[in-house]
Amino acid sequence: MAFTNEQLERYSRHIILKEVGAKGQKKLMNARVLIIGAGGLGAPAAMYLAAAGVGTIGIADADEVDLSNLQRQIIHSTEDVGKAKVQSAKETMNKMNPDVTVRTYRTFVSAENIMELIQDYDFIIDGTDNFPAKFLINDACVLAKKPFSHAGIIRFRGQLMTYVPGAGPCYRCVFKDPPPKDAVPTCKQAGVIGAMGGVIGSLQAMEAVKYILGVGDLLTGYLLTFDAIKMEFRKIKLPSRVADCAVCGEHPDITKPIDYEQTVCEGVGI
Amino acid sequence: MADIVYDDYVDITDVVCPVTFVKAKVALEELEDGQILAIRMNDGESVQNVPRSIKEEGHRVKKLQDNGDGTYTLFVQKEGD
Repeated sequence: MAFTNEQLERYSRHIILKEVGAKGQKKLMNARVLIIGAGGLGAPAAMYLAAAGVGTIGIADADEVDLSNLQRQIIHSTEDVGKAKVQSAKETMNKMNPDVTVRTYRTFVSAENIMELIQDYDFIIDGTDNFPAKFLINDACVLAKKPFSHAGIIRFRGQLMTYVPGAGPCYRCVFKDPPPKDAVPTCKQAGVIGAMGGVIGSLQAMEAVKYILGVGDLLTGYLLTFDAIKMEFRKIKLPSRVADCAVCGEHPDITKPIDYEQTVCEGVGI
Repeated sequence: MADIVYDDYVDITDVVCPVTFVKAKVALEELEDGQILAIRMNDGESVQNVPRSIKEEGHRVKKLQDNGDGTYTLFVQKEGD
């Protein structure tokens, strides 16, 4: 596959990099990334991945754009209120970069559909806003041996970690079970600073890009936390894979995805 | 047009900086170590910047030939990946 002059110009700042080059850009153009949740995290992740020329981007979300989303979900505009989030996201991505094939899934992920949803993708981004979805994505990715980026944001805080099969703990190794219902407030109740999605969602896109390129160190075995009030990042070393983890351990109890009871805030995207 | 035998040829007179270097770099990535690429470029900015950038990438510049028509041909030997 040869680059057109237009592609050389569009991706010139990538191709100039020693760590990317033409080979790396081609890897990006052949890559397939699924973003679950077109909200606070998914919006910047989707935009950076589209701009980077990731060949196929899947985006899953059942919701419609709401006026209260626009304070942080920068892939949607005022005129998109009422429109399906996946449609609005697709339009923004293709406006930025018509080279990208965007596949939309207007659905919430569930035990029923997740295995089929993730099977065609090389890397999955968890941009959801609730614990049942986060555990579901973790379990499905472990079972299907898919790498994924976990992230969560609330108030002035954010965190992320990366799971790569065979290279460190999964989300369930670290956080065994979802917290009791209503023990942790959703972002609708607690609020979240808009730029937090930009910081953490962009870091998720960075992890996806590095995974595709095979460059540098990923957040496997680490949890990166960000406290915007103190303006402090912490990179916390996690225990290695837990031998009796219910999903990735030696004798797993979980052999298929499970739906926990949902306590969503305003849908999948934070 | 040259007394140097080359393995591949790329014309970067149809693009401007920084795509000039990008186009040359992409062509170099297609070659094997030790092979030679002939790069036709415009006088001015291209000839000032492209040979230097290519040297910085670790490749060996063998010869810069004035074609006498406002263009130059740079012969580069690929070194390493």
